[in-house]
Amino acid sequence: MPDFRKLGIGSIEALLILVIAIMVIGLSLSTSTFLTAPNLFDLLNQSSVNIIFAVGLLVVLIAGGIDISFAVGASVVQYLTALTVMRLGGGNWALGFIVSAFFGFLLGSINATIIYRFRIVSIVVTIATFNVFFGGLMFLTGGVSIYDLPDWWTDRVSLIHFSTVSGNANLALPVAVMVVMVIATWFLLRRTTTGRQLYAMGDNPEAARRVGVNIGAMHYIAFGWLGMMAGIAGLMQAHYVQEVVPNAFYGRELDVLAAVVLGGARLGGGRGTILGAILGILLTAITANGLNLLGISPYAFKMIIGAIILIAITLSSGGFAKLVGARFTSQSVKASS
Amino acid sequence: MSHPASTNTLRSEHGVANPASTALDADRAPLLKLENISKIFGGVKALRAVTFDVMPGEVLCLAGENGCGKSTIIKIISGVYQPEPGAVMLMDGESIEGLDPARARDLGIQVIWQDLALFPEMTVAENIAFEQNLGSRPRLVSYGKMKEAARRILERLGVSVDLNRSVRSLSIAQRQVVAIARALVRDARLVFMDEPTASLSHAETQALLKIVRRLSADGIAVVFVSHRLAEVLDVCTRVTVFRDGQYVGTFPTEGMTQTRLTELMTGRTFDYEVRTTDLSKAPVVLEVQGLSRARQYHDVSFKVRRGEILGVTGRLGAGRTEVALSLFGMTRPNAGSILLDGKALSVRTNRDAIRAGIAYVSEDRLQLGLVQPQSIGDNTVAAVLDDLLDSTHLIAAKKRNALIQDWIQQLAVKIGKPDDAVSTLSGGNQQRIVLAKWLATNPKLLILDSPTVGVDVGARAGIFAIIHKLASEGMAILLISDEIPEVYFNSDRILHMRDGRIVKEYVPGTTTMEQIERDVHA
Amino acid sequence: MNTSTSHRSFAPHVPADVAGLLGFLALVIAVLSFASDRFFSESTFVSVAFQLPELGFFTLAMLMPLISGGFNLSVTFTANISGLAMAWVLRTYGGADAGAIAIILGIAAALATGAAAGWVMGAVIARTGASPILVSLSMMIFLRGLGEFLTRGGDISGFPPFVREMGNGVFLGVPIPLLIFLGCALLWHVVMTRSRLGFATRMIGSNLEATRYSGIQTTRAVTRIYMLSGLMCGVAGVVMAAQFNSVRVGHGEAFLLISVLACFLGRVDPFGGFGRVVPVVIALVILQVIASGLNLLGANQHLATALWGVFLLAVMLFRWAWANGMSKTLVRKRAAATEGVTQ
Repeated sequence: MPDFRKLGIGSIEALLILVIAIMVIGLSLSTSTFLTAPNLFDLLNQSSVNIIFAVGLLVVLIAGGIDISFAVGASVVQYLTALTVMRLGGGNWALGFIVSAFFGFLLGSINATIIYRFRIVSIVVTIATFNVFFGGLMFLTGGVSIYDLPDWWTDRVSLIHFSTVSGNANLALPVAVMVVMVIATWFLLRRTTTGRQLYAMGDNPEAARRVGVNIGAMHYIAFGWLGMMAGIAGLMQAHYVQEVVPNAFYGRELDVLAAVVLGGARLGGGRGTILGAILGILLTAITANGLNLLGISPYAFKMIIGAIILIAITLSSGGFAKLVGARFTSQSVKASS
Repeated sequence: MSHPASTNTLRSEHGVANPASTALDADRAPLLKLENISKIFGGVKALRAVTFDVMPGEVLCLAGENGCGKSTIIKIISGVYQPEPGAVMLMDGESIEGLDPARARDLGIQVIWQDLALFPEMTVAENIAFEQNLGSRPRLVSYGKMKEAARRILERLGVSVDLNRSVRSLSIAQRQVVAIARALVRDARLVFMDEPTASLSHAETQALLKIVRRLSADGIAVVFVSHRLAEVLDVCTRVTVFRDGQYVGTFPTEGMTQTRLTELMTGRTFDYEVRTTDLSKAPVVLEVQGLSRARQYHDVSFKVRRGEILGVTGRLGAGRTEVALSLFGMTRPNAGSILLDGKALSVRTNRDAIRAGIAYVSEDRLQLGLVQPQSIGDNTVAAVLDDLLDSTHLIAAKKRNALIQDWIQQLAVKIGKPDDAVSTLSGGNQQRIVLAKWLATNPKLLILDSPTVGVDVGARAGIFAIIHKLASEGMAILLISDEIPEVYFNSDRILHMRDGRIVKEYVPGTTTMEQIERDVHA
Repeated sequence: MNTSTSHRSFAPHVPADVAGLLGFLALVIAVLSFASDRFFSESTFVSVAFQLPELGFFTLAMLMPLISGGFNLSVTFTANISGLAMAWVLRTYGGADAGAIAIILGIAAALATGAAAGWVMGAVIARTGASPILVSLSMMIFLRGLGEFLTRGGDISGFPPFVREMGNGVFLGVPIPLLIFLGCALLWHVVMTRSRLGFATRMIGSNLEATRYSGIQTTRAVTRIYMLSGLMCGVAGVVMAAQFNSVRVGHGEAFLLISVLACFLGRVDPFGGFGRVVPVVIALVILQVIASGLNLLGANQHLATALWGVFLLAVMLFRWAWANGMSKTLVRKRAAATEGVTQ
């Protein structure tokens, strides 16, 4: 029996894999369309943007913060990118990536500055910047979408394409970009010393400071990384739907946060894995897809996900015993004499 | 009976140094030599021209009461604070002015603070070797190198801890080992340990001291900071005493007793009388029979009578606080019974215990005894809100204020206004508020757990005066303390606990303090 | 900390923070009157009086969780669900023609629903120690989903005249919603200043363990804090349904930010332990006046949203600067008093 811990699969990830496996089996048996290439490819295509968001948010959660402004921030970056490339006469993919990453980092840095410099908790700051970004965007754009994006941006790019009896199976560009972003984030978190410092800061901020971690720089790296991921996610979204819609991402941040938390990251910092975040997104995506194929109302989806998150948090924070009120001693009672 | 003559009538000169010459070679150069170190905070002199030397490879104890300047001198040595001008700081004979934390670490100076400052979610290896991850230029992590460095250090220390376990899953003793290992990873030459034996059992303390001796043998100087004297007298060769920001002296530990050391630290002598109340006719308030709780205490039985102060002492890990917490309803014993005023007591929460008449003054005044940011008044009434209600079940302001004023007066607490935060009070006055809070509940049994930790010498006498008065008025008191002189002069009987069991009972009149000291630290 | 000196005079002593806020209110009114000559008029006054309660209920719902050191992200959706509960009861008993008993039952159902949602959150937070942000977030997602599921994303409308009167009517010259709000604010004030729960809320916000050691039942207190928060959301849901004669899931979403803003502007400590109803109510008036003013000036709704965000940041920045200045003095005093305590 292989040592799962060595593979980086913890108990939460294992549980999620199990649940997903059960769902996949269940859906394959109960619908004729779930386990088909077109459906699965579509599933991947549509989850890619959320996964890019998720790995960005994961970095912030691990560093001990929270950010709910990244989704509307992505919309802002989409707009800014569109305007910039059009101003520069069309541009290309390279320019697109650079510009969206840059603007995304910029927005993330705004959050980092206010949080770090002025010592305001990140939930409050990002609630405020959420409103500033979204209100500002909608006001300045009048809520108008941009339809005429440059061709390079909207031309369909197919990674894999073939026809089947159930339709055309098409794996799109966002999936490839998603894979690159996942690997990049994994590399940052697991393979670089910066990643270790991020974990340390989230785990025990005071100890990290004493040991010599540059707390300010870490803030910029964490929120900046999320901003970059958000910008690139926006770039991919615009490519996939072929337009920039200012309020398309409104509310997305909560879905992504819920999924990442489901995958094992915690608000306290110092915990979380890439695999967990991806599994969380996949779980919610498969649930939505399944409910859709089964003909169940899409409205039920949100409700079910919320209930799942609530239960998951409850169980993982202390176990069933705590909930039922089993007699236990306070953990902070120090046995000192 | 009367107190034994010898040690108790020692008088030390008030004030400054009567430095005994050390037993070490006079021609050995000190590793660290500090002279004329002063530090002023906002007009208050935290340190006054102190001297401080550390010999290479020695184990030195830095002893002193809270507020004596111990942590200030450490912060100066580790580069966190700068001393006032005129300071002389030499390491290996060379001047080390203008230290900052990074430079101090480069010089081999390491501090292990009491909170350990570890990363609970990370593995042991990663915690120990974390400094490999520092530096502003991002590099690739080498988990292999970290593990190797960690393994080497642990081997050198002669201990083994699973490198892959998360620190969160370790016991406090194991975490301490990890903290020490981390301090050593970078060629340390001088290691400060701040209260390292807090929260350790006897066996774990011995294991820690073994490590310290090994470090010393390796040429690394260790400075033990503590106000728990017994263990350090064991392992240290010299003890430096600070008092009120001043250097008192440096003394060999050979032949030094706890009593003498306490006198040096506090500047007071112990020429007290032992208690001689006859309590044989007093009714039993608390009777504990065969109380046991797995892994904490075993088969504990004792009685406390009305008006009696029962002292409970022992080394760390003896199980005293655990028993107290069970009496107070915070934990449930597995076996045995508790009788209060002859009736069986079965409490499920501390609220039940308080209602039954048991009060517990925690040894952690800062975190558990008081809610520091809140007002003095609110802290005082926190346990008796149910008694302050008017007919509409709301808190009656008049009753509340009257109660607060009453207790502040009764216990002579020096405060500004009742609305001030309790954190503005000195340690001694804070402890009086804690007492007020519990006395307001009209307890039958008052459990005091290390009640004078962090309280100035001057304030301690006042607190014990209150305690004696309570006893004379009929309260049963359980006095848990590490400081044998404190227990000796303030108890009618003394229980000695070790490893969760009561091993002996003493009556202060018929046994000497030194005898108890010897038994406890045997 | 307030230093309220008690004078033997006829003038009631006004704490410094209340005085500051009243001054700020006067300033805001002055600026807006200058910006628009239609501002300082009866219709503005009426509009503020009618719109303040909605924001007020959400702020009261946010208040106790914040003081206890927590958070409640689900306030607006709890209100929506409560409104739905009332709508469902009324629908069952005649819809727009429902009688008095049905209305009372409907209101009771709304309050019970809100309280139940709050109770669940409080129980989970108290017993598992999970982060209140996460717990209230998941409750928010769940309630939003539940609400959208039940309403298929649409409106439920058509309430009885009495209900509509409750939302839009006037009693003794005062809008009824405002009367309800003032009553709730008074109740909250009494709870926070005179009840054991209010006491526990502040202590828990500063140090949960020490509060527990003092014999206060913290688990029960935390559960009740969130239950009361949910109850207030229920009131909000009823009044919103009454005012707009409809319930829509998502209605009032903007109030989440503004209620947090009102609390912080009203001197609630973001780290918990401190907060009073009176300054928060004044902060509410300030914010509602600004909102009405912006409305009057024809400001775009989205611009207003952005400005609220800026304003929240400005308030927090101001507090930081203030605390920084204050704490420098305090640090000097404290260092002198407590230096040497080994941390």
